[in-house]
Amino acid sequence: MSIGHTLLGLLESGPRHGYDLKRAFDAKFGHDRPLHYGQVYSTMSRLLKNGLVEVDGIEAGDGPERKRYAITEAGVTDVQQWLATPEKPEPYLQSTLYTKVVLALLTHRDASGILDTQRSEHLRMMRILTDRKRKGDLADQLICDHALFHLEADLRWLELTAARLGKLAEAVTR
Amino acid sequence: MTPAGSLLAAHDLHKAYGPTHALDGAGFSIHPGEIVAVMGPSGSGKSTLLHCLAGIVTPDSGSITYNGLEMATMNDSRRSALRRSEFGFVFQFGQLVPELTCVENVALPLRLNGTSRKEAERTALTWMERLEVDDLAAKRPGEVSGGQGQRVAVARSLVTGPRVLFADEPTGALDSLNGERVMELLTDAARSTNAAVVLVTHETRVAAYSDREVVVRDGRSRDMERVV
Repeated sequence: MSIGHTLLGLLESGPRHGYDLKRAFDAKFGHDRPLHYGQVYSTMSRLLKNGLVEVDGIEAGDGPERKRYAITEAGVTDVQQWLATPEKPEPYLQSTLYTKVVLALLTHRDASGILDTQRSEHLRMMRILTDRKRKGDLADQLICDHALFHLEADLRWLELTAARLGKLAEAVTR
Repeated sequence: MTPAGSLLAAHDLHKAYGPTHALDGAGFSIHPGEIVAVMGPSGSGKSTLLHCLAGIVTPDSGSITYNGLEMATMNDSRRSALRRSEFGFVFQFGQLVPELTCVENVALPLRLNGTSRKEAERTALTWMERLEVDDLAAKRPGEVSGGQGQRVAVARSLVTGPRVLFADEPTGALDSLNGERVMELLTDAARSTNAAVVLVTHETRVAAYSDREVVVRDGRSRDMERVV
């Protein structure tokens, strides 16, 4: 999963402090793997350096200064490109796809389009494997079948997610 | 709005059954020799799209052209002739006539077109060989397995040399090994005759035999090749 893109996407709804970003990330995507503060700040300084976010304000407090970050136009474009680019089919892809779909719903983008594009990418890979299987020997067939069944499982997840987009939208924007 | 070179094309199709909008602006196009998977969840409108493309169902509005001719301008007998001679059909269930032998089933479309029994059965046997079911020629559908019966049905769908083959969940009733063999034989046969195949399926492993896919959702279609 791209933490940078996810944090950028979370900033689309408005400027936030690093601490708020971590909390929002953990609530939506962290599950059993919350972000470390260090990850948030190192990611934000990289995004800042690349012009994808800017400092919207600095608050002085008892502890260290608290920077509030805002996404730039370049940042919005970067999120858009990331969401529109299908992921390479591979095991445990669902965490990245889940993040993309939720982020699309949060930022009012076309989540079903993301699923369609990903399905197409998976099918492209399945066509290559099916063709290899037809031309290959039994060993080829078994190897390709293994990959095909895994891709098929991903696709079932995509279909189910597509069917549940309405409910998911309600849950994440609540 | 017909894509250049397409054999069969549909634009902005609408079809309602009572209050239900089965098609709500769907489009489609296929070129000769192309295999296009029509995918989508149950009730999305994919079978209605296939039935409209095949001239089985008339859309409420929109345009369908076959070989450059508007289907709506054809009368019933012309459309029937088209379905008999230029279109082939494979469905999921119940396609073979139980009283006829397998070779008689395969020869049936030719017999309906006026071909002599001898000539029709000779051609039918050639197709049964290609589908690896020629040894079942004298058997009745009730005496063959589901996979064999489906191969007989594919042979029958191709016996007239159709330019478009409509396959609606052709492996839906088969186990994966039999389903795969049917798809291999079906696509090999279609490619060898340059027939276009409209393949309605919800199974991705079946869709992987296609050249590209069109996704139907809520009666609207999305051509993934033109999107990506």
